[in-house]
Amino acid sequence: MATTDLTADPLTIAGTEMRSRLLLGTGGFRSLDTLKVAIEASEAELVTVALRRIDPNARGSIVDVLDGAGVRLLPNTAGCFTARDAVLTAKLAREAFETDWVKLEVIGDERTLLPDAPALLEAAEELVDDGFTVLPYTNDDPILARRLEDVGCAAVMPLGSPIGSGMGLLNTYNLRLIRERASVPVILDAGVGTASDAALAMELGYDGVLCASAISRAEDPIAMAHAIRLGTEGGRLAYRAGRIPRRLYAQASTPEEGTAQF
Amino acid sequence: MKVLLNGSETDLADGATVQTAVDALDLPAAGRGVAVAVDAEVVPRTLWQTHELNDGARIEVLRAIQGG
Repeated sequence: MATTDLTADPLTIAGTEMRSRLLLGTGGFRSLDTLKVAIEASEAELVTVALRRIDPNARGSIVDVLDGAGVRLLPNTAGCFTARDAVLTAKLAREAFETDWVKLEVIGDERTLLPDAPALLEAAEELVDDGFTVLPYTNDDPILARRLEDVGCAAVMPLGSPIGSGMGLLNTYNLRLIRERASVPVILDAGVGTASDAALAMELGYDGVLCASAISRAEDPIAMAHAIRLGTEGGRLAYRAGRIPRRLYAQASTPEEGTAQF
Repeated sequence: MKVLLNGSETDLADGATVQTAVDALDLPAAGRGVAVAVDAEVVPRTLWQTHELNDGARIEVLRAIQGG
């Protein structure tokens, strides 16, 4: 297999193959039209969606846009602060979208939006037992990631930095440990600010990147969707190509033999 | 009877069903992407027309939005 052939290198989650390793979050897009074009530019095949109370003034249907784009829906439990609320929201999402896949979020703090680890684990276990394919948004904590895998999550999705912060990957040491010890797909979720962040995650061996704000709130969301797709693909190719080790001192790339003696 | 529909106290006729409550919200089209919970339990779409509401029921009617 040619190492440059990305079509022969799919992302497989719970037995479902996807060619794209960039998962798109839909939050923050200024219009459904922009979202539609951004999905095309990102080439994402798995796209998040949320549930909220009916707003009679809302125009357009995001479900129609996503169905038209032919993408798989990944409902989230954003805004849930307890395991109970997250589990109920996941069940409502299963009813609304006819999918048992869920991006599980249980938030512990409004200011940081960091996950509540014990509640996340509790909700994950309950949803797995109920037949859900659970993709938990988790801390950059290798132990918690392993616990989530142990209870049957189909992937783990550690944050690079807080949601919407754009601070990139703050703890690459922990993120590497999570990658090395996981046997389910590992998706970098949250914190991506620009294309190089996605590339770095993929170079660490991550199986994919989930990104919303970096694209939706960019000055030019369509161009950024394209850029982050290329960053994701570039990082994946670089990971598979095998980078050179870091060295403290230089190593000449031009041979020293035959150097003129003046 | 009075129910709490998406957080708002709402008057519905006795014998009202989940479908009655959904209709009261005057949705453009309650198709795919809408789900209902009554008293923190999911009510599948197939039961909306037969599931009768009790006085004081807490109903959440949710729809798909951008997020995540």
